[in-house]
Amino acid sequence: MQTIIYEKPKTLTDTPTHFCPGCGHGIVLRLIAEIIDTWGIRSKTIGLAPVGCAVLAYNYLDIDMCEAAHGRPPAVATGIKRVHPDHVVFTYQGDGDLAAIGTAEIIHAANRGENITFIFVNNAVYGMTSGQMAPTTMLGQKTATTPSGRDVINYGNPIRICELLAVLDGSSYLERVSLSSPENIRKTKKALEKGFKTQIEKRGFSLIEILSPCPIYWRMDANESMKYIDEDMTRTFPLGVVKDWEHKN
Amino acid sequence: MKQLLTGNEAAAEAAILAGCRYYYGYPITPQNELINYMSVRMPQVGGTFIQAESEIAAISMVHGSAAAGGRSMTSSSSPGISLKQEGISYLAGSELPCVIINIQRGGPGLGDISASQADYFQAVKGGGHGDYHTIVLAPSSVQEMADLVYDAFDMSDNYRNPVMILGDAQIGQLMEPVEFYKKQKNNLPAKNWSLTGAQGRKRNIIKSFYPVKGELEEFNAHLQKKYKMIEEHEIRYEAINIHEADIILVAYGTSARICKEVVKKSQQFKFKVGMVRPITLWPFPKEIIRRISEKVQCILTVEMSAGQMVEDVRLAVESRCPVHFYGRTGGGVPTSLEVIRKIVEIVPDNKVANTLLKLAEVK
Amino acid sequence: MTEKIILAGFGGQGMMLLGKLLAQAAMVSGKFVTYFPSYGTEVRGGTAVYHLIISSEEIFSPLIEEADTLIVMNQPSYQKFKGILKADGLLVLNSSLIKLKNHSDVRIQKVPATEIANKLGNVLVSNIVMLGAYLITKKLFSANQILDQLKIILKGKRGDLFAINKQALESGIQAI
Repeated sequence: MQTIIYEKPKTLTDTPTHFCPGCGHGIVLRLIAEIIDTWGIRSKTIGLAPVGCAVLAYNYLDIDMCEAAHGRPPAVATGIKRVHPDHVVFTYQGDGDLAAIGTAEIIHAANRGENITFIFVNNAVYGMTSGQMAPTTMLGQKTATTPSGRDVINYGNPIRICELLAVLDGSSYLERVSLSSPENIRKTKKALEKGFKTQIEKRGFSLIEILSPCPIYWRMDANESMKYIDEDMTRTFPLGVVKDWEHKN
Repeated sequence: MKQLLTGNEAAAEAAILAGCRYYYGYPITPQNELINYMSVRMPQVGGTFIQAESEIAAISMVHGSAAAGGRSMTSSSSPGISLKQEGISYLAGSELPCVIINIQRGGPGLGDISASQADYFQAVKGGGHGDYHTIVLAPSSVQEMADLVYDAFDMSDNYRNPVMILGDAQIGQLMEPVEFYKKQKNNLPAKNWSLTGAQGRKRNIIKSFYPVKGELEEFNAHLQKKYKMIEEHEIRYEAINIHEADIILVAYGTSARICKEVVKKSQQFKFKVGMVRPITLWPFPKEIIRRISEKVQCILTVEMSAGQMVEDVRLAVESRCPVHFYGRTGGGVPTSLEVIRKIVEIVPDNKVANTLLKLAEVK
Repeated sequence: MTEKIILAGFGGQGMMLLGKLLAQAAMVSGKFVTYFPSYGTEVRGGTAVYHLIISSEEIFSPLIEEADTLIVMNQPSYQKFKGILKADGLLVLNSSLIKLKNHSDVRIQKVPATEIANKLGNVLVSNIVMLGAYLITKKLFSANQILDQLKIILKGKRGDLFAINKQALESGIQAI
C-alpha cells in the first residue's frame, strides 16, 4: 500500500514555472498554495501579482488574481479589499516593486492599517531586468548598476522595510524570515500562516519579508547563495518578528 | 426637483445615483468640491471613500475595485490626471470599467487653476502608453455633467473600458440648476470576469501582460475591434443650423457655450453661422464634420488651447474646405466678440465681412 | 429678461450667500440661471467675485463682460469692477466702506450695510442688508421668495440665524 507523504498542492497549477534554477519564488508560491489548501480558502482568496520576476504568479496559483502596475499592488489590493472585505487578499511583491517604486503605496497601506497580507520577497537584486541594484542591495554587493559594489555615498543604504513600517501605528504584524534551510522554510510557512491569520481575524496590516536566493545575479551556485543569506544578508536584515499584535511591547 | 449645484457636485451626486460605491481621490483645485462631496455622501450610502496618498494610488485603487466588480471612480485636474496615466493604460489594457473625471486647468506644469481645454490630446489620443482609447465625454453644462456621468458608468460597463469625463474649471465650479432623473440601464452584461473568489468556477485573472509571442498582437486586435464597435455606436454631438450655414463652428464644453451665443447673434444677418458640438470627443464625430465640410465655405474651431481638437477636425475634413482656429490659453476664455472678430477675419467675402463687423458691435 | 449681476467683496463678506439666494430664487421661479465664483488663490481676505446671470432665455457664457448690476461691499472691489458696469446700469454699494468719486452715468444705491448690520448686532449680515436694498430697487423677486430660500439654506443651523437675516433683509429694504 502506498501512502502519500508529499504532493503538489491543489492550488498550484500544472504550469511549469519560469523561475531560474535555485530561485526562491517557487518555494514561496508553494507555501502559499499549501496554506490555501489546508485552510480551504481557495474560493475566498484573491492575490495580487507584481511587476518583476513574480509577475507570472497568476499562472501558477489557481485562485482569482489581479496584476498591478509596478509598485501598485498595495493600492490595487486596497481597492479589491474594500469590495470584498471578508475575502483573503494578499499581495506578492519583490524588493523593487515594494521597496522602491511602490514605497508610497506600501507605507500608506500600512498607515491606513489595511487588513491585507503583504508577502515581500527580498532577494536584494532586480532579477527580471538583468540584475540591477535593488533598494535592498547590501553595501558592497555587486550588481549590474553597482559594478564596484554598492557604496553609501553614491547609492545610500539598503532599506529595512519591516523596521521602517514598524514605526507606523497602522501595522500589526511584521516578520522577517528566510528560505536558506528547511528549518527556515518551515518558519517562513509559519510566518505566512500568521500573516493570513492576522487578516482573517481582522487584526490589520501584516507583512512577511522573505530573504530569498537569486543565485543567477548573485553569481553563485545554489549552496553558496543559501550560505550568503545566512552569513551576509541576515547581518543587514536580521531575522525575526519585528512587530506582533499578539505580543505588544 | 431641481437643485443649484456646481458641476463638481453634480458629477459626484450623479455617480452615487448611478451606483458608484468606490471613490478614490486626491485634492486638487479646481475639483475639490467633488472629493469633498464624496467624503460626505459615500459613507451615507455605505460606499467607500479614500483620500489616497497620491493620484497614482487613487487610480490604482480604482483598478482594484473595478477588478473586483465594483462601480469605481476617481477625479482630478490636469496635473493629477497626468499622474493617473499609468493606471489608465493598465485599466484599458486589463479591460476594466471605471469613470475618470478631469476638471481641466491651465498647463503645462503646475499652470494655473483656471479653466482650460489643453488636455484634449492627452484624453483622446491615449495619454498613457500603448494602443488604447478611453471613451471621452465633454459636458457643457451642469445638467449635462450629471447626465453624462450616468451614461459614463453604463458605457464603461458595457464595453469594459475606462470612460473619461473631460470638463474644465468653469464647468466644475459653475452653479446651475440640475435634476437627477436618469436611471441605470438594467441590461448591462454580467461581470462574470470579475474577481470574487474562484467559487465553483475556474479562476479569473485580470491582467494586461501578454509575454508569449503573438498573444499581445491578438489581444490588441481584440481591443481595436472593440474600439471600432464603440465608434459605430457611441458617437454623440449636437448640431445647430448646419443645413443653411456658410460657416460652421466646432467647439466642445465651455467653448461651445460661447459659440452657441455667436450662432444666436448671427441669426439676424444673412451670413449664416452653424455649429457642431462634439459630446463624445473620442469617438470623434468625424462623419458629420466631413459631410458639412462639403457644403460650407469654411470651418472655425474654437478651443481653450493652442489648437488640439482642430487637428481632429482637419483629419475629418480632409482639405475639403479651409479649417481655421481660434484659441485662448492659460486661463483665457474666448468671448463671443472675439469669435465674431475671428469670423470676420476669415470669411472670404468682403460684403459679408462688413455685415459681420456690424454684428461684432452687437452686445 | 436678462439680469447680469457682478457681486464682489472681501472673501468672508458673504457675497457667495447673497448670490446663492438670488440664484435659488431664480431657479424655483423657473428662470435660467448661472452662478459662477471666481476665486483668487487666497482662502481669506482676497477679493471674491461672483458672476450671476438670471434670464428667461438659455444662458450661454456664464462670464459677464458687461454687467446690468454691480453689488460691491468694499473699496478695492469697487475700484476693480466699476468698469464692467454698463452705462445705464445699477450700482449698489456698501457706503460704510466705499468712498465714491463721480460715477455719474449709472444709477447708484448707497447702503450703509456694515453700519446697519452692526446695529442689528452681527456685522456678518451686511450681505443680506445689501440684498434687501437690491431687491427693492430691481424688484426681480419679493422678500418672501428670498426668505423661502434662506430657510432652505439655513436648514439644520441655529434658529436665531434666520431671524437676524430676516431683520437684515428688511433693514436693507427700508434703507432705500
